[in-house]
Amino acid sequence: MNLRAALFASIAFVGLAAPAQAIDLEFYFPVAVGGKPAETVQALTDAYMAANPDVKINAIYTGSYADTTTKAITAARGGNPPQLVISLSTDMYKFIDEELVESFDRFVTDAEKAEWIGGFYPSFMLNSQYEGETWGIPFQRSTPVLYWNKAAFADAGLDPEKGPANWTEMVEMGKKLTKKDASGNVSQWGVQIPSSGFPSWLWSGIVAGNGGKLQNDTGTEVFFNSPEAIGALEALVALSETDGVQAPGILDWGATPKAFFEGQAAMIWTTTGNLTNVRANAPFEFGVGMLPGLKQPGAPTGGGNFYLMKGSSDEELKAAVDFVKWATAPEQAAEWTIATGYVAPRPDVWESDKMKAYTADFPQALVARDQLEYAVAELSTFEGPRVTQLLNSALESAITLQKSPKEALDAAQAEAEAILAAYH
Amino acid sequence: MPRRQWIHAWLLLLPAFVFLIAFTHYPAVQTLIDSFWSTPKGRRPAAFVGAGNYTRMMADPIFAKAMWNSAVYAALTIPTSIVLSLAMALFVQARFAGVALMRMAFFTPTVLPLIAVANIWLFFYAPGFGLIDQVRMFFGLGSANYVGQPATALYAVAAVTVWKEAGFFMIFYLAALQTIPLSLKEAAAIEGCSRLTFFRRVTLPLIMPTTLFVSVNATINAFRLVDHVFVMTRGGPDNASMLMLYYIFENGFRFWDTAYAAALTVVLVAILTLVGIGQFFAADRKVHYR
Repeated sequence: MNLRAALFASIAFVGLAAPAQAIDLEFYFPVAVGGKPAETVQALTDAYMAANPDVKINAIYTGSYADTTTKAITAARGGNPPQLVISLSTDMYKFIDEELVESFDRFVTDAEKAEWIGGFYPSFMLNSQYEGETWGIPFQRSTPVLYWNKAAFADAGLDPEKGPANWTEMVEMGKKLTKKDASGNVSQWGVQIPSSGFPSWLWSGIVAGNGGKLQNDTGTEVFFNSPEAIGALEALVALSETDGVQAPGILDWGATPKAFFEGQAAMIWTTTGNLTNVRANAPFEFGVGMLPGLKQPGAPTGGGNFYLMKGSSDEELKAAVDFVKWATAPEQAAEWTIATGYVAPRPDVWESDKMKAYTADFPQALVARDQLEYAVAELSTFEGPRVTQLLNSALESAITLQKSPKEALDAAQAEAEAILAAYH
Repeated sequence: MPRRQWIHAWLLLLPAFVFLIAFTHYPAVQTLIDSFWSTPKGRRPAAFVGAGNYTRMMADPIFAKAMWNSAVYAALTIPTSIVLSLAMALFVQARFAGVALMRMAFFTPTVLPLIAVANIWLFFYAPGFGLIDQVRMFFGLGSANYVGQPATALYAVAAVTVWKEAGFFMIFYLAALQTIPLSLKEAAAIEGCSRLTFFRRVTLPLIMPTTLFVSVNATINAFRLVDHVFVMTRGGPDNASMLMLYYIFENGFRFWDTAYAAALTVVLVAILTLVGIGQFFAADRKVHYR
């Protein structure tokens, strides 16, 4: 009896004297591009855990951006939210409206606020700040770029080193690049601007290039049927209808890089996040250029931010913010950019030795960064998913010639105004 | 039965009842209740709106499109998959060289997850380098964008469903065909009955229980299987391939308008209940159970 009591007592002592529990963090991340971003995220997380043994991060792959947002909100409503989520920068209003996120300002000192948060490119912070507070930290941000097939250019008698500088040039080059075989079927299209799923993203780049603006700065008003917006949609529809340089109908986003590799399309518009994928798989030399605008260069920003979810202890959130700071530091951000092609979101990352060596070898990576000067905020409003979806439907109806561009956008504007009326 | 046996009976049924009520009846009732309230958001709690969600549904053009699309989709996939599965079963019923391979080939779509199937078919349908386009161009026809045009998107999606489920139903028909007594066939041969008449007057009635089962399953699948819509069209060019269940998911988990999604769910459940009851009553007359 005495021995047993002594045994239990000693075990109890050992238990009490055990070191503090490691902090367990959960981190949801999506993958929206080809290549191996999931492995890179895992590698980064492992590296952080190796350097910080008292923090355990469980990086969970949660599908596409939409799936990730869905899962994060579901988990939060179920009372078991993750600490960190990478989600679309445009989901900021949704998360704020549902009261699911914490602002980063609470966990940073004033000096850090100026140096860390202030050190991101302003174009990326446009969709990350609201009412003076920072709700998202840019991580896998992108702009779309134009990729062109240098071999196809040479074949068509064009200078393979020069991509189109503006929309008119793109159409002209497209006409030379569109090849028809004996029976009149097209074997190579000049250009492919994908329109499946979320045509509004690339279209907002055309609008920016036409000098238009789609929303106000507080997420409460949209301008879908401005003359610039209608002009942008008319130009897009004209590519297949009158110019004959693009395949008709809705073109699949995911199949566009493959179409490029197969020689189906000589120029494609897609995210810079596909850069590493294209570099690895294109069987020809390719060039990367800024989006050719109708009147001026213009592009949307896109991609995902880190969000800090409510519902965890301050200690856990502090550890999460620490991880975010580390992941966006030059060394790690450079690694992430090189592995995927996403744009490093801070100027100091581009100055690091790693990035300098990479871009010396592969100057195409600089295009997306240089385009930031002309980049506009991505479409983001309250009731964002619903408003964006009705815009997508309107664009699809115009691209498939069910409605004229003006009709489609007028209807979309009316619907969006009805939804946003509640937020004025 | 004595009282103790009743108590025992109820206790044995209790676990099953708990699960059934927790995961089927309670959510159904809760959804019905939720459909009469508005969606709670962050700071604003739910408010009672009576029939507000239903009036909104009646005025919603996308809801009308989804209902119409679902009806067309059901009308297409149900008879097609039943007829196709019966034809496949009749074909591989006999024993010839390679019949095992054929049976496996017919059944393979069933074992593949629908998301994988959808991704494969997306590349079949891809304009230019897709399999279907390559066949078209071999025969001199032009390129076609089945998934990217509103006129064909719904049919492209329906084709994937039929391809996926016909193999599954074939198995049931194969089993049913095996139970037809050989003596009937011999008697028919002696009497000089044609194969078509034998099929129509003997085989079909005898496999009617299986046909009822298959048609109920096909109906449920016509409303339930929307996984491929997520991958292929996301509701299609301008809602051309929007189906009821997909619209419910979009409203409930993408827009987080849970009250409206609840109202849509009530409508879908009501339709399915009516269809289910109708099927059983209509078929009851014709089914011979042995």
